[in-house]
Amino acid sequence: MTRFRVLWRRLSALFRAQSLERDLDDELSFHLDMEIAENLRRGMNPPEARQTALRCFGGVVQIKETYRETRGIPMIENSWQDVRYGFRMLRRNPGFSFLAILCLTLGIGAITSVCSWIEGILLRPFPLVARQDRMFALTGVDRNGRTDVSWPDLQDLRRESTLVDAFVAEHIGGTTLSIGDRAERAAGSVVSSNYFDVLGIHPILGRTFDPSEDTGRDAHPVTVISYRAWKDRYKADPAIVGKTQRLNGVPHTIIGVMPEGFFGTFVGYGFQFWVPASMEDNFEGGEYKLENRGARWSEGFAFLKPGVTIEQAQADLSAIGKRLEAAYPDTDRGRGFKLYPLWQTPFNGAGTLLPTLRISLVVACLVLLIACANVGNLLLVRSFSRRHEMTVRISVGAGRIRLLKQLLTEGVILSMAAAAGGLLLAYWGRDLIKLVFPASPGLMVNLPAQMDLRVLTLSVGVCLIATVLFALVPALQASKIDLASAMRSESGGVVGGRGRTSIRSGLVLVQVSLSFLLLVGTGLLLKSLRAMQNTDVGFSTAGVLSTSVDMVAAGYDGPRIRNFQDQLVSRMQGLGGVESAVWSRTAPFSYRGYLSASIAVDGLVVEPGEQPVVEYNEVGPGYLATMGIPLISGRDIARGDIETALPVAVVNQTMVRRFWRGQDPVGKRLQVKERWLRVVGVARDCKYSSLLETAKPFFYTPLRQGAMGGQVLQIRTGLGPQRIATALTREVKAIDSNLAPAEVITLREQVDRMSWSWRAAVDLLAMFCCMALLLAGIGLYGVMSYAVSQGTRELALRIALGAGASDLLRMVISQGLSLTLAGVGIGVVAAFGLTRLMGSLLYKVSPRDPESFAAAFLVMVVAAVSACFLPAWRATRTDPVRGLRP
Amino acid sequence: MAMEKSDVLHGSLSLMVLRTLDTLGPQHGWGIARRIEQISGDALALNQGTLYPALLRLEQMGWIGSKWGASENNRRAKFYALTRAGKKQLAAETENWERISDILGRFLRPTGESS
Repeated sequence: MTRFRVLWRRLSALFRAQSLERDLDDELSFHLDMEIAENLRRGMNPPEARQTALRCFGGVVQIKETYRETRGIPMIENSWQDVRYGFRMLRRNPGFSFLAILCLTLGIGAITSVCSWIEGILLRPFPLVARQDRMFALTGVDRNGRTDVSWPDLQDLRRESTLVDAFVAEHIGGTTLSIGDRAERAAGSVVSSNYFDVLGIHPILGRTFDPSEDTGRDAHPVTVISYRAWKDRYKADPAIVGKTQRLNGVPHTIIGVMPEGFFGTFVGYGFQFWVPASMEDNFEGGEYKLENRGARWSEGFAFLKPGVTIEQAQADLSAIGKRLEAAYPDTDRGRGFKLYPLWQTPFNGAGTLLPTLRISLVVACLVLLIACANVGNLLLVRSFSRRHEMTVRISVGAGRIRLLKQLLTEGVILSMAAAAGGLLLAYWGRDLIKLVFPASPGLMVNLPAQMDLRVLTLSVGVCLIATVLFALVPALQASKIDLASAMRSESGGVVGGRGRTSIRSGLVLVQVSLSFLLLVGTGLLLKSLRAMQNTDVGFSTAGVLSTSVDMVAAGYDGPRIRNFQDQLVSRMQGLGGVESAVWSRTAPFSYRGYLSASIAVDGLVVEPGEQPVVEYNEVGPGYLATMGIPLISGRDIARGDIETALPVAVVNQTMVRRFWRGQDPVGKRLQVKERWLRVVGVARDCKYSSLLETAKPFFYTPLRQGAMGGQVLQIRTGLGPQRIATALTREVKAIDSNLAPAEVITLREQVDRMSWSWRAAVDLLAMFCCMALLLAGIGLYGVMSYAVSQGTRELALRIALGAGASDLLRMVISQGLSLTLAGVGIGVVAAFGLTRLMGSLLYKVSPRDPESFAAAFLVMVVAAVSACFLPAWRATRTDPVRGLRP
Repeated sequence: MAMEKSDVLHGSLSLMVLRTLDTLGPQHGWGIARRIEQISGDALALNQGTLYPALLRLEQMGWIGSKWGASENNRRAKFYALTRAGKKQLAAETENWERISDILGRFLRPTGESS
């Protein structure tokens, strides 16, 4: 009790130190005056009275110090003093402070940004969703890899799993929402009815799905919409529940609105609407898959019971998978299920971003390391220039511990300033990741970086540890100061010795080698990007534009669609500058996948359950010509391939190789979904969805012989997208003012949008690389400046002996270069080991690509020479007379 | 020299201060110092300044309180007064001191118990 009171009084005294100090002065001087007056009364003369009084009192200064120590808390007051002193020192060397804080700010900013991306995108990707720590992604697997999951299998998982609390199914789809004359694509998904309940999301209006809405083919046209959709599309209509919205041509009743901040469970894009599983057919087409165990169409998430590990749950699911294999050999043989941590989710942006983010993390760590090496370097330089000060302080009795504390305090001030700057930088940089995610109309990019407590703690912690570590180096050196030798003038004698220089050179080596590593990485990525841009996709990327017009959403049926399609094509082809225009169902390299079907070919024997499934596209007449896909044999899809004509198909070369053993199949039969088509042509292989895909079987069928639709329009023209867009809108409106075309882009753009993750990685890495190079340059500059300033005497001697400016220049620069070369040597070894990590980001480039290494080497050398130039120039300006004076 | 003196006096000084304030009522530092000197008959060559840290400590313990007021010659001075907790402490310490000095006294008395 008493102890607390004492502590409290001491603490509160800290904050009133000034007024208490005045009180103490008053009190003591009152005492002395009284004593002097008393002594005078006793008959002393004034000087004598005063002296006696002082003697009786004891040392005033010592008493005051004892009093102060009792009054406050010496440790805190000393630290406070250190802090004030530290600030003064930093202010006195603004250049040093600025550089040190800048370096650290860059380092901390980089690492904090990356951590906040990782936190927001990979670790806690879904705002508002409860129990994310127990949430795992679920897919099926077969011997070839990942598959979707069929609805009946999922029901069995639900029934039999003892370790999983809940399963939700989700299938990502899109639609065109049209409101008034505005037609926009919107991302949405088909989900199992328990979706929102399991995620713990409650609607702000209306309700979510009812379990009964999981069954009955297209029986429940209801939808839950996002807050964003409610705000933007429906003007936050409070009476929205009960109104209808056409989705894929079918009017859906809006039954609920999600709260703000819920974007669904897809990393990368925010979703606008959700429909129950029973509406799957309307979004997927083809067949009703909910009763077909062989139809795998959905992805999912599993919420494990508390305390269950992913391994246990995986074992549980695998056991169920085995039972299903035995029970349903026709559909489930050789198949199973797989759980993934959310950050490895293979079916959304997490999987795509993972390599980029992983590289970013490594790179940010490297940048931080380089920054730390730099600050250590700067602190060392300064510790040298403060050697004299330290020596004086030690000799007048400052404890070494106290000095150490002083230097550490300065380090902490630096790191705190840098942490603040770094966090600010990261705050600005948190949306940077969005720049690299391709925006496209109707798809709302949703990549929330999260600077939560975990990220903040981590980065401030890293910053503190880094600086304290680097502040310790000079601090320890200071504590080794040998008084006798150091009291001599600092400019005389051999100062510092080898040890100090070697630490500094070591730090520069670290910086150079790390920067080199980053340069190599950036070079490799740039080369990948170039290789990718030069990849032959197999169709013309220039001179072909792509767009779409959604007729289904406007309520068009089959005949009207065809009518409109024909009219628009003839109108477009009538325009000057347009070579051809053709409709198709799916655009190449678009987010929405192609149709796929199981096929059969005469003479090709397959085992039961192993029927090949091949992707295809429904296209209008002259599609291959418009797209610039060469024909190998036979003919293109033609005008005559209509509903009433013989069903035909054009296949690609891979199909020929795989199903007809390389023999020309023109004239042969191809069975697609129980229907026999005649092969009329062979088209050259091309890339269909991704630059990375390997040759795959693919075929084209006439749009007119398909179900309905085909709303993508390709236009071969010499005109730019802007002019075509204007003309197209005019023509579309002329036919039906209710319709509007979507964005018009070149196929090049379309392809680029699908290869954004490389550009993301390149952009980020290039940014970090510039930072690293800058930091390494500063480090090298520092070391060389220091070397020159230390070698004044030697330089002066050389000048006196007749060395010319160019000799000195060469000498200093070669000294810097040899350091650089040593650093590069280490960097080469490290790069050999580390660039393999980039594996999945490299495209047609060896991780040991000599060109990238050579380029990195060149850049490093140029940077090194420029960093050394100023110190070298300064060396040539050494005044031999002054330099040689002892 | 000074060290030894203050060591010996450390505990007793606070007792003396408390006792002085108990006897004289509110008093400023100089008054307390004078009083202690008078009572001890200058046998204690105490540095007067030592008194002030001791006063601060007593105040921190809550045994005395302080207030600025006017002195007898009309100057601003800090007056110390015993608090209720201080009175209790004084009683306890007095009793303690008496017991100890009694015991010590018995030890140091040159009587012939052991011989």
